[in-house]
Parts: sequence; C-alpha cells; structure tokens
Amino acid sequence: MQLDAKIPSGPIEQKWTKHKFDLKLVNPSNKRKHSILVVGSGLAGASAAASFGELGYQVDCFCFQDSPRRAHSIAAQGGINAAKNYQNDGDSIFRLFYDTVKGGDFRSREANVYRLAEVSANIIDQCVAQGVPFAREYGGLLSNRSFGGAQVSRTFYARGQTGQQLLLGAYSALERQISMGSVRMFPRTEMLDLIIIEGQARGIVTRNLISGEIRSFLGDAVVLATGGYANVFHLSTNAQGCNVTASYRAHRNGAAFANPCYTQIHPTCIPVSGDYQSKLTLMSESLRNDGRVWVPRVQGDRRPPANLPQAERDYYLERKYPSFGNLAPRDIASRSAKEVCDEGRGVGETGRGVYLDFADAIDRLGEHTIRERYGNLFEMYERITGENPYHLPMRIYPAAHYTMGGLWVDYNLMSTIDGLHVLGEANFSDHGANRLGASALMQGLADGYFVIPNTISGYLATAHPTPIDTSHPAVRAAEAGVAERIKRLLSIGGSRSVDSFHRDLGRIMWEHCGMARNAAGLRTALQLIPELREEFWNDVRVLGVGESFNQSMEKAGRVADFLDFAELMCTDALHREESCGGHFREEHQTEDGEAKRNDHDFAYVAGWEYRGEGKAPLLHKEPLTFDNVPLATRSYK
Amino acid sequence: MQWIRRFYASTIGKKVVMAVTGLLFTGFVVGHVSGNLLVYKSPQALNAYAAFLKGSAVVLWGVRLTLLASVALHAHAAYSLTLVSRRARPESYDQLDRQAGTWSARTMRWGGVLLLVFIVYHLLHFTVGSVHPSFSHTDVYTNVVTGFSVPAVAVFYIVAMLALAIHLHHGVWSLFQTLGINHPHTNRLRRVFATLLAGLVPLGFVAIVLGVVLGWVH
Amino acid sequence: MNLTLRVWRQEHAQISGAFVTYPVSDINPDMSFLEMLDVVNEGLIARQETPIAFDHDCREGICGACSLTINGIPHGPNRATTACQLHMRFFADGDTIVIEPFRAKAFPVVRDLVVDRASFDRIIAAGGYVGVSTGSAPEANALPIAKAIADRAMDAAQCIGCGACVAACPNASAMLFTGAKVMHLGLVPQGQAERSDRVLRMVDQMDAEGFGGCTNYGECHEACPKEIPLEAIARLNGDYLRAALSSREEDAA
Repeated sequence: MQLDAKIPSGPIEQKWTKHKFDLKLVNPSNKRKHSILVVGSGLAGASAAASFGELGYQVDCFCFQDSPRRAHSIAAQGGINAAKNYQNDGDSIFRLFYDTVKGGDFRSREANVYRLAEVSANIIDQCVAQGVPFAREYGGLLSNRSFGGAQVSRTFYARGQTGQQLLLGAYSALERQISMGSVRMFPRTEMLDLIIIEGQARGIVTRNLISGEIRSFLGDAVVLATGGYANVFHLSTNAQGCNVTASYRAHRNGAAFANPCYTQIHPTCIPVSGDYQSKLTLMSESLRNDGRVWVPRVQGDRRPPANLPQAERDYYLERKYPSFGNLAPRDIASRSAKEVCDEGRGVGETGRGVYLDFADAIDRLGEHTIRERYGNLFEMYERITGENPYHLPMRIYPAAHYTMGGLWVDYNLMSTIDGLHVLGEANFSDHGANRLGASALMQGLADGYFVIPNTISGYLATAHPTPIDTSHPAVRAAEAGVAERIKRLLSIGGSRSVDSFHRDLGRIMWEHCGMARNAAGLRTALQLIPELREEFWNDVRVLGVGESFNQSMEKAGRVADFLDFAELMCTDALHREESCGGHFREEHQTEDGEAKRNDHDFAYVAGWEYRGEGKAPLLHKEPLTFDNVPLATRSYK
Repeated sequence: MQWIRRFYASTIGKKVVMAVTGLLFTGFVVGHVSGNLLVYKSPQALNAYAAFLKGSAVVLWGVRLTLLASVALHAHAAYSLTLVSRRARPESYDQLDRQAGTWSARTMRWGGVLLLVFIVYHLLHFTVGSVHPSFSHTDVYTNVVTGFSVPAVAVFYIVAMLALAIHLHHGVWSLFQTLGINHPHTNRLRRVFATLLAGLVPLGFVAIVLGVVLGWVH
Repeated sequence: MNLTLRVWRQEHAQISGAFVTYPVSDINPDMSFLEMLDVVNEGLIARQETPIAFDHDCREGICGACSLTINGIPHGPNRATTACQLHMRFFADGDTIVIEPFRAKAFPVVRDLVVDRASFDRIIAAGGYVGVSTGSAPEANALPIAKAIADRAMDAAQCIGCGACVAACPNASAMLFTGAKVMHLGLVPQGQAERSDRVLRMVDQMDAEGFGGCTNYGECHEACPKEIPLEAIARLNGDYLRAALSSREEDAA
C-alpha cells in the first residue's frame, strides 16, 4: 500500500485550477453511461449525488434514515465559514487556509486545505441561490459572526440551525434530481459491505432495513459520505444511528484508515444525568461569548452556586488563559473542565460538570438582551434539565462531537482502493488534528459540490471498468459474507443486549481514549476491547429475524464494527507519541499542562492498513510538509 | 377548460370553491336579513320589498340559479373533501386530544348538512309554498306570520339559525385563510368580523321568528 | 416513577395491530421519553420479547425522525417539543400513557410506532426546490433580501418534516408541511421563477399521496414542534389560486 497524495505541482494558489485543467473529462454524452453509488445523504453525500445527477451521471444514493433529509448534518448549529471578506476585516482565502492549518495543529495536508478555503466562497453563492435563508443585516446583505477563536468574522449562519438549512438546500437539489430520474434514492438502506472487482470499487452490498432483503448495487465508482465515528464513545453529540460500519467495511477491504485517534471533544454539552443516558446534547459554543466558566475553589464544596462568594470560585479559563479566557479553543476548554473535575471540584450530582454562568452578563446587559441572544438555547437547556439558566448557572461538560480521522484519501478524494472516494467527515483530509468551529459544514459541501464532481471525471475517464452484473463471483461472495454475519448475530442467543455492550465500549473509550490519553490507559483499553468483543460474539442477545424491520439487529452490526474499530483507534492513539489537537497524550505536555507536539517524529498522516482478523494493522506514513504556513506552536495564553 | 378541471380536482381548488360560494352566501344572508327585518316596519314595507325583488324575472332567476348552483357546488365540494379526509386516515386513533380548533370548526360538516336540509325546507316553505299552510305569492308578510305561528316550524327555524351562527363563525373566518388572506395586522379583525357576523345575522332572523311567536308581529 | 404504557404493536404494514399494556417501574424523571422507551426495551429483551420499534435519530429535536403520538398528541403534551426532547418529569407517578404511531394513509406503518413518510420526500421532489445547478449561482450578495423577509422565510424553512401536522390534523392533511416549503421559497426572490409551477406540482403530489384537505382547524400549528405559522397554509392557498388562474396549459410540465 502506498499513500500517494497526488498533490499537483506548482504554487499552492494555482494547484486546484491547474489540476482541474489537467483532469481528464468525461464527454457529456458518455456521462449517462457511468453510474456512481453514493452512500450517505448528509451535506457531502446529498450535494455530491445532486451534482453528479446535474452533470448527467446515473446515480444511486443510499441512506439508512427514512429520508435523506434526516442525515445528521441537520443538527449542526453554529455556522459555515467562507472567505468572502464581506466584513472588510482582512479575511482572505489565504487567511482561512492559514487558520485551518494552524487550528488543525499542523496535521492536515496544505494543498487540500487551501482548496477548501478557495471553494468556500462558491458554497455560500450556491446555497444562497438555492434559497437558504441565511441571517441578514437590515440592508439585506448577508450577516457574519466570528466563531471558534477566529479573529475575523467569516461565519455565515441561519439562526442556530445552519446545518439544517444547508442540508435542506442540498436535499432539495437532490430531490430535484430524483424527480428528473437522474438519481435513484434508496432510504432505509444500509451499506454492509464493499464489492471490489479487479482492484476497483465496483459496488456495495446493502440491507433493506424494512424487508431485510440483502441486495447488491453495482456502479463504476463508489462514494462514501457516511460521517464520523464519535459514537464509538456510546455517548456523544452524534445521532443514534451514526456509525463507522461503511468506513470500517471499506477499511477491511483495503482502504487505509487515517488518524483514527483524532477526535474532537466539544466543551459545552449538557452533562450526563444517569445510566439511562442515550446521547449528549450540545449547547452552541456561542454561549461562551457571554457565559463565565467556573467551579468551586476547593474540592467537595457542594453548596448551591448562589451561596458561593466570588472569592471561593475559580474562573479557571480566565485564570489560565487571560487573553482568550472563556473563549479558549475547544480542546483546551474541554481538557480544563476534565482537569477540574478530576480534582474533585466538579459540580452537579455526578461531579462531572462545570458551571457556565450568565449572572454577570445578565447584570451587565439585562435579561432581555441575553434572552434575545440565547433564548432558544436557554429554553432547550431548561427542557432537558428542568433548571432555569436565567437564575441558576448552567452545568456543562465536554462530550465527543466530531472525528477528524477517517478513511485516507488523496487530493482527488480517492481512498487507497481505486474508485472508492470518501467525502465529508468520513475522510480525514482537511482538519488535521483539530477542527475549527463552522468548518465541518464547509468541508462537507466543498467536497460534495465542488471537488468530487471534478475529480470523479478524472477517475471515470481513465478507469475503464469492465462490464459486470450481480452474478459475478465477487458480488456473490460479498453477499454471502453479509448474510452469514447477520445469521451469526441472530444465532448467538446470549444474555446481554446490544446496548449494554455499546455502553461498556463507550466507557472504555471515554476513560482511556477520550479527552486525555496515556500509554498505560491505552494498553488497558487494548486489552479490554478484545475481551469485550469476545463476550459480545458469545453473549449478545439479538431477537427477531433478519427478514424484517429489526432495529436491534441493525444496532448489533454497527456495535460489532465499533468493537473492531475501537482497537484501531487506541492503536493509533498509542503510537502517536505526541499531543496535537484533539489527541492529548498526558506524557507529552509542557510544564504548565499544554499540548506538546513533536513535529520531528510525527508530522505525518498515519494510514493504517487492515491485515486480517487478529492481526495488527500495518502503519503507513504520508509525510506532511508545510511550505506555506510555518510550523509554530499554538498559544492561546 | 382543462385548468378548471385540474383546479377543482385538487383539495385546495375545492376549498376555494367553498370559500367563494361561502362568501356569496355570507353576502346573501346579510342582504336577506336586512330586507326581512322590514317585517318590523310594516306589512306594506316588506311586501313592497318582496315585489321589488321579483321585479325583473331575469335578475330574480339569475340570482336564484346562482345561489342554487353555489349551494350545489358548496355541498359537493364539502362532500368530496369529507370523503378524502375519511380515506386519509383509515385507522383512527385510540385517542386524539384536540389542542386547537374551535367547536364551530368541528361541527362544520353536520351543521352544513342541517343547513342544507333547512334550505330545502325553507324554499318549499316560503318560495314554493308547498309545505306552507296558506301560501300567497304576493303577501309575504302574511306568509311569515302564518308560517311561524306553527310552533314546530318556529323551533326548527331557530335551531337552524343556531346552526347558521356556528357555521358562519368558522366559515367566515376560514374563508379568508382559504383565499390566502392571513396577515398579523388583520388576523384579529378577521376573528372579530366573523364572530360579529355569526352573531348578528342569525340574531336578525331569529328576531323575526320570535316576533311572530311572541305576538310582536301579527 | 411507575407508569403504565399502552403501546401500539404491529408487526408490519400488511397485518393489523393492537395495543399492548406494559407496566413500567423505576423511571427517572430526568429521562427523555425515548430513553424511557429504551429502558422498556431493555426489559423486553431481557424477557426474550421483541423490543418496541420506534424511529429516532438525533434526539435533539432537529432530525424529525421521532413520530410518536403520546396521549393523543403528536410528540406529546409539551409545546414546541419533539418526543425526543420531552422529559418524564412532565408526567406524574402512576400515569397511564398511550403511545400510538402517527396515523395517516400516506404514512403507512412500517412496524409498531415506525411509519413511512416517503410521501413528504415526494412532495418536495415535485417542486420544493430552486432549480439551480451546482456552479451556476451568482455572487451571494448580488441579491439583497430584506431582513424581515429573510426572517419570515426562515420561520417557514425551519420545518423538520416530522409529520406531526398530518398526525394532528383531523383530516390528515399535509397543508402545513407543503405550505411551509411554498412559503419559504415564495418569500425569497430566488424562488420566484418557479413559484407558480412549484405550487401546482407540489399540491398535485400532496393530493395524489392521499392526504386529506384542510379545514382550517389549526391543530397542525399546535402540534408543530417548530411552530410553523398558519400563515404558511394561507400562502399555499393564495399561491395555488393565483397559479391556477394564471398558468397556461402549455406551461404545465
């Protein structure tokens, strides 16, 4: 396996333009002879499928939800970055590129990030043309806000529902293609394996979630846009259905998995309240603009917050990071919260929480202003916790939110398997070790609307796939493998539910491969995970039959893949002997507890090759060079 | 005329037909009650008014046919929309807890059927005269007095006017919505207007019936 | 908390379903309604009984997957709250809770509380978009839109497509859903070119799916977790009327 990024030559500003010209094109009349399978209908998948349809390809698009509109992109709150420089505050493509590379802690590929920044402006144009109701100024022009530690205002937003509006835009474009017959949509259809013929990704095996039917779909290229794997932690801000199955199945078939240990923990989520908890709800980061984060100065202080005099409170972010204060980047804010809770100063029943207090802001600005700014978030908080944040400080705690790692792709977004392309959160490419706020939506749409429609023609024009049908032995074998696995899951007849295993796995991962990691903990996890997996395959109880709508069975397959994947994630975390972005190794920190990167030994992408069950994965390295953004240490002091 | 067929085939088209015919009825009942209240002025006034209405056969039959056609359209649209609704939920809820919807909205269908029966009776009673004890084609005033002197008839008319009140309460409010008129500035007015009409028009009619029953009109 | 649940169980669309009663104990008031169902399902699995199927995904009130009618109200008794954000503290110890699917011909039951809402997708496919292909968009700020208009468009665009409006409507009408999209795209200048054609096609599709007609009860608005205004329905009516009167046969696609 070779990790050849295929980065075009030339100055960074011209790479994409030059590359687009160099890419072979598919003649318009030949496009309809090519079929493309798109798995996933979130921002990346829906925008790609729609764009392919517009170009004239035959597209099949799949999602496990009951409608493509429900993909988890819908839940993104904050906004989308674009280098429009509408605010005249010095923004530019280069600055967005620079911020993203630096924010990613120098673990992303410069050329990809530059292209992302370059097409960012087109995304806004496209979405506005679709009718996406972005926030506007009184003059009628688009409004911006600053977000996630950026020093310019470049974030476009639609109330607290930017992801929803962007996804509905892409979904409407997709539905338009469906009505024109260029895209066939298969909702409630889950991809369970990848079909490879003569070294090329040629199809997928799916299960119809209503009837249980196993069916293969074939095409000339496969595009995965199947999102991230934060649900490996069981509790995360992801939707219940988010899973790693499609990515992991591709990995087993030969796609390198890159940097699985890069996971982002979001600092402002509603804390866990009990064992029954099924998900963690994110509260927009914008709350930190006015809220002050604190815990009691001494451990075990259980007094109600109002009874604690100022002198006995520790506003730890303001104390440790005087210049950024409560607006410190996500990873720093998250880790600091964990630290104070580890010291026994956490608040709430479980002791895993910190206060986010608006009392000062309400004194200064009045309740009315705070209500205007955050009214809907305060309501949501009260709905979930039953506490009124106008009177009591909010309690927040970090939660797994986004995964920067993913399938390795080259500049064309193609994985190490010919013809298998990976978009959005499912690939690893643009965020390095840490993603900046409002950049996920940007990347999903950049990949789907503007990158893959160009690069796929380069592949299709040169791949010359041989004609096949579903009677091909490789198809039959893949189908048999899927059916066999389902049969096995249903026949175990053990004593424990799928959820109980997922919960146990989540505990292991959160404890040992969460916000802060160390070698001993990771080794423990690497011992515990195979034991749990063993128990799963011997003692899981999956009721019902395969040929029906069976949610336990769907979940069982996903948890089984998480159990495999978790090991890869810990392996990667253990091998990366440095701290960078979302990956914090306790052994590698400065004297005052800051992340210590090791550029000399670890300025590379770790791409893992699958070598069979029970065998250790093989590490491949793609070295990263930084010609345009000089390597520097992040400092938010 | 393809477009008319397509329009009426749609649920919205039918509702618009109901709204437009409803608007027509509203105008009609307002005129009807205003004219009929002449009964309180004098027998001559009412009879002269009746004679005036019958002055031109073309106009009279034009209005009559328009109204009859409207009733037919209104009823047909209501009937087919009811069927569509029934079909739209083949399996009903064990319980459905209504959160909005006025009482008047919920009684539109049965109230409408009652009004249809009333209209047929009313036409036979005061226009054709076949169910009237002593019908005269010229002396409307006497027709009213003798007609409402039958207690059962008076009660039926009063009940029908209650049904009219309820029907107007939702119908008048609703027809604006169906014709696409909904604006925060006028929404309150709409409700007040509908309530006023629903109160005043039937009250006027009932006043005539009660006038006869109580002997004020004789 | 101890509760009694009466839950609709139906194995698949082709056979009829029935209510099954489940006593439930030790429910924590801080649980969400769906977490309560998770606990019930864990209990069922432990007793070798088939767990209750219900749709859910984001569990933060935005994906629109959950589709429970709780005590006769879609998404339950809390205003502007999806079932996944409804918490058990809003119920009292000893309550009996009736849980049914969203019921409509156009939402056939898949299993238990899961329904098929593909009819909504087909309504959008019929015209709920602006026909702009990737790459052909003009500069975003070339087209100013008054803030008030953009805000109202957003009010309508917030629809999560859950189907509570249909479920709550005594006529099982999809007017609020369809109206929300027609209002959103009808307000902004980008949507004007296809405005007539859009509304005609979407309403045709809506009717073809077997939804009922609107009788202006207003139940849909009360049930809507995003509080889409009834104005959306008025605008749908108005646009439809205007389009029907002005469109020409040869325009109709």
